Amino acid sequence: MSMSQSKLVRFVTAGNVDDGKSTLIGRILHDSKALLSDQVQSIVNARFGRADAGEMDLAFLTDGLESEREQGITIDVAYRYFTTQRASFIVIDAPGHEQYTRNMVTGASNADIAVVLVDASRIHQGHLKVQTRRHATIAHILGLKIVFAVNKMDLIDWSHSHYQQVEASLIRLSRTLGIEDIDIVPINARSGDNVVHQSAVPSWYQGPCLLQILEQQDKATDFADLPFRFPVQRVVRTNGHTLAAKRGYAGRIASGQIRLGDEVCVATSQQCSRIAKIETYDQILTHAQAGQSITLYTQDDLDIARGDCLTSSDARVTNLVVADLCWLDDQAWQDQQRYILRQGTASTPVRIQTVLHVRDMHDLSQVRGEQALAQNDIALVKLQTQSPIIADEFATNPKLGAFILINVDTNQTVAAGMIRNS
Amino acid sequence: MTHAWRLSHLDRLESEAIYILREAAAQSERPALLFSGGKDSAVLVHLARKAFYPEKLSIPLLHIDTGHNFEEVISFRDKVARSFQDQLIIAYVEESIACGSVRLPSPMASRNGAQAVTLLEAIKQYGFDMLLGGARRDEDKARAKERVFSHRDTFGAWTPKSQRPELWDIYNGRLHAGENFRVFPLSNWTEIDIWSYIVCEQIALPDLYFAHKRAVFKDGPLWRPVTPLTPLPLGKKAETLSVRFRTVGDMTCTCPVESEASDAAAILAETRLCTLSERGATRMDDKVNDAAMERRKKEGYF
Repeated sequence: MSMSQSKLVRFVTAGNVDDGKSTLIGRILHDSKALLSDQVQSIVNARFGRADAGEMDLAFLTDGLESEREQGITIDVAYRYFTTQRASFIVIDAPGHEQYTRNMVTGASNADIAVVLVDASRIHQGHLKVQTRRHATIAHILGLKIVFAVNKMDLIDWSHSHYQQVEASLIRLSRTLGIEDIDIVPINARSGDNVVHQSAVPSWYQGPCLLQILEQQDKATDFADLPFRFPVQRVVRTNGHTLAAKRGYAGRIASGQIRLGDEVCVATSQQCSRIAKIETYDQILTHAQAGQSITLYTQDDLDIARGDCLTSSDARVTNLVVADLCWLDDQAWQDQQRYILRQGTASTPVRIQTVLHVRDMHDLSQVRGEQALAQNDIALVKLQTQSPIIADEFATNPKLGAFILINVDTNQTVAAGMIRNS
Repeated sequence: MTHAWRLSHLDRLESEAIYILREAAAQSERPALLFSGGKDSAVLVHLARKAFYPEKLSIPLLHIDTGHNFEEVISFRDKVARSFQDQLIIAYVEESIACGSVRLPSPMASRNGAQAVTLLEAIKQYGFDMLLGGARRDEDKARAKERVFSHRDTFGAWTPKSQRPELWDIYNGRLHAGENFRVFPLSNWTEIDIWSYIVCEQIALPDLYFAHKRAVFKDGPLWRPVTPLTPLPLGKKAETLSVRFRTVGDMTCTCPVESEASDAAAILAETRLCTLSERGATRMDDKVNDAAMERRKKEGYF
């Protein structure tokens, strides 16, 4: 297959409602020539458009649902794709309303960078909106690199002093969250200033425009440099049920690399063997790495099924983990409700032993002893699983360090989890 | 340790699609692969063979036949099904019309929307719980909003305002009886990715996709084919042009574009320069109104 190696940048927009997230994405797509003429025509013709005559409501490029257009808000995540000379982009437009935070978390979990928008004209004395804090917090605990875009600069006449005030509060917010590396960029999404082109930017701003900042990111991490993790999706058989039958393990390498002859272990049972064959439909490989969908064969017959994870010999397992949780479901957590934890392809019954603290979104302080978890809460909890899970910390291995909780009765995905330590 | 390299764009997409196909199969009691004979479903079948190798593809192909198909598409469909002994199930919109569950405003009306009814009837009849489809997010703004594992309630309806969270690449495929999932492994592919992949993998397609001489007539901005279902209207003049189809669907609402591109590589080159989206250039049913696709999907469309 083609070996053109392109950089992939996946970013999500975040921030308070009406801070201009969908308009920004429309602007980026429009100015980077990623729109086709009938798509432009359809937003010119759109019902409910908010733009002045002759202008386009750029938000309508991603607000694709009827109810979104009627209400002029974003309800669920939209995915768009475009390519510049430097990178391929997956753009994820996420909603700003608190009510739709779970959709924002969905978008953020599939991104590497969060562009957190702030409406400069609505910030007085540097006081940030609650949703700005919430989204920055979610983006940070989900491991995203954060870029703050200070929008609607035209409404404050590109005032440097006002910008500096906003900048100072964004830096304070970042420090509170423990973020060291941030970018802050002033823009006007509606006119496009400093988004894709650097037009109309006053001399006090010397930095790059937003698209340049995004193009420079390379957060599409090299998971290949982490320890080997291979969640087994399916067991495949060759030669059917004959004596010569051989079992193979189909999956996608979550992290690390594997070579022929390498030792692998089944994390939960600590049985080990060596790799006898690495196979795809197209070829037999001697080596494979993170991101590749392959089938592995071991030298010895091991007891392996879907849900097992093949690892390098250093993997630890545990029944007790401390983890960050974003509670997404409209049903609050209930002690007597049964939940399942899914990590990789493994599922196990789980219970929340203790809620260590819930974050207060107004001052980001940690409220202790609160034994409730309601929708949109971000909490630190102690979990006990029935079967052991892999004890990878999310900060070092975001692939296996991530899990979801499922309500056994409603089948809803109720929480996103990130392992802190165990 | 060997130094890691970067997977190519297409390798990454292929690997992701294979992963999604395997997740769907592993979490499903009775999956089916929606196969229309179009380019996206041809790519999907190709990927499914890779995903389940070395085992044979054991998922049946399901075609919702509108009875308004181009002949080339039907013969291609049958050829694909024969060559791999894949099980092909055909559900006919004609039968839904006969039993009264589909009522069309006129005999020649487009049957694209009616496919939803026939699809839901087939799902019920065969007990399918997961339907793998080749839809892509870049096709339409409602599709751009859809999850990879897209939940359908017991009415077969998509409820865009309350989609399940879908975190990282952990797909929750749990269902209650009577519900189903539509699973879209090609969600993150663009039209250009599809053609690049067809070129690289030499995937066969119906001849309709490649430039050929055809009698057409002008209808607004579109060229419409002269077919038994879409005869030349009085007062219009037929012209024979070199055309190809960018999508293949119901004959009454699918239009070709002028082109000399006779192989996949030439089509890829044209697609890169194109200024109209594939549905915008070829589909009359999506022009009805701004939310045409969303409304169809809420009724059970794929």
